[in-house]
Amino acid sequence: MRGFVRHVGRKWVDFLRYVGGVIIMSGRVVGALPQLPRSWRLLMSQMLAVGVQSLPLVVLVSVFTGAVSTWQAAYQFEGYVPMRYLGGAVGKAILLELGPVLTALVMTGRVGASMAAELGTMRVTEQVDALEVMGIDPTRYLIMPRVVSGLFMLPVLVLFANFVALLGALAVAVFFVDISSDTFLNGFKLLFKNADLTAGLLKAAIFGLIISTIGCYQGFNTQGGAEGVGRATTGAVVVASVLILISNYLMATVLFRI
Amino acid sequence: MTPTAPDIASVESLSRIPHGHPVITLRGIMKSFSKRTILNGIDLDVARGETLVVIGRSGTGKSILLKIVSGLMKPDSGSVSIDGVRLDQVDRQALMSLRLRMGFVFQGAALFDSLTIAQNVGLGLSETSRMDDDQIAKIVEERLDWVGLAGQGGKLPSQLSGGMRKRVSLARAIAMNPEIVLYDEPTAGLDPVTASGINDLIVSLRERLHVTAIAVTHDMHSAFKIGDRIAMLDDGHIVFDGSVAETRSAESPAIRQFIAGQSSDTPQS
Repeated sequence: MRGFVRHVGRKWVDFLRYVGGVIIMSGRVVGALPQLPRSWRLLMSQMLAVGVQSLPLVVLVSVFTGAVSTWQAAYQFEGYVPMRYLGGAVGKAILLELGPVLTALVMTGRVGASMAAELGTMRVTEQVDALEVMGIDPTRYLIMPRVVSGLFMLPVLVLFANFVALLGALAVAVFFVDISSDTFLNGFKLLFKNADLTAGLLKAAIFGLIISTIGCYQGFNTQGGAEGVGRATTGAVVVASVLILISNYLMATVLFRI
Repeated sequence: MTPTAPDIASVESLSRIPHGHPVITLRGIMKSFSKRTILNGIDLDVARGETLVVIGRSGTGKSILLKIVSGLMKPDSGSVSIDGVRLDQVDRQALMSLRLRMGFVFQGAALFDSLTIAQNVGLGLSETSRMDDDQIAKIVEERLDWVGLAGQGGKLPSQLSGGMRKRVSLARAIAMNPEIVLYDEPTAGLDPVTASGINDLIVSLRERLHVTAIAVTHDMHSAFKIGDRIAMLDDGHIVFDGSVAETRSAESPAIRQFIAGQSSDTPQS
């Protein structure tokens, strides 16, 4: 019993230390923001890595996300809900949930893991120490560009994801569910609200912040050589994924009040 | 706010402490990890223009001592002073400014993998000085020439041998004309010929730049070649501190065993 209590206590302390560490790092990032103009090249490079280079994967995932949404919605509507509402229902699902959440989860694996691995490797090979002794603030040079790029590029990626997903949904509706494109698009327009798009993009920004912050924190605090880098990378994906799902629920309770 | 490096030409004027006076002062340095005491009250002075070599067996805390001097690690107690400024009494901004006057050669070179050699060497200048790209490129090429790597600035660290990586690390450490250079096992992992080349380079750079230096090593050949003074770290204490000549003629069994490379179990002939 005592061993169990000690174990739980230790885990609780570890959790609080983790949360405190993330908050401290985030504070340092905010403090480094005034120096963003000086680091614009680093920021551009990160935005390229996070945004542009992620597009092919986002497009691939989104096409199938939209396509399966139409199949599922048509399957569930059949006999109960008129198919003229198919476009609206699928559109709402994509804009509010599937676009932001699935894009974020995929980016956690690509971008979050990459940030953790890169910074973790730099940490264990003393490259971060080398920056420090050269008088270069590692937070400004390494972390801030990554966090800012995550914040801004996830909404951009989600915009692309939404568009491609809707195309995929439309294609399935027209070629397999036997609904005309006019019917699908009229249904989409019927239920579309600007607020839905805005809510989805706001979610994307929060998710982007989570992915890059957790990825950077895990990598920056890596210990223990190659094994430590592996743990940091896995941790970045797991923690960010859980936080995305929890924050998605919390945002839903605020954004989608009825 | 990012500290900015002064123009290269005016660095020399910053140091007002005359030759021979302590630039680096350590007093009562203590450091423990997981209840194991590594450094147990270290007192050391390093005079301006002097190269102090700290020797000792693996695991005695030599690298930790170097990281404490550079401010990368904080001691549990004690103080480090650089030019009379205590590192534990300055804010982060002031510490970063002090670091602009230091160079550090890491044991594994610690080169930035995604940058070319030229970008590695010039990074400190490009991030902390007001120099333009042409001025930086000129200094980078000069430093690479000093270490025998002229014209190789376009290569990536992954394309270099161990010895070449050490040379680049040296060039990077001296790019900003530092007053203090810290060497962490500069010849570790190198073959004897390459190690000798690195030692010669360290000596030539010392004569060219008149830096104050601390080098930690367990390579006695390197220690005798590059050092003005040798201190031995053992069991958390400085057990010997003397000139190179005094080290060679020391009668202490610990020193003699270390110089001869004998373990305490090896029978004496």
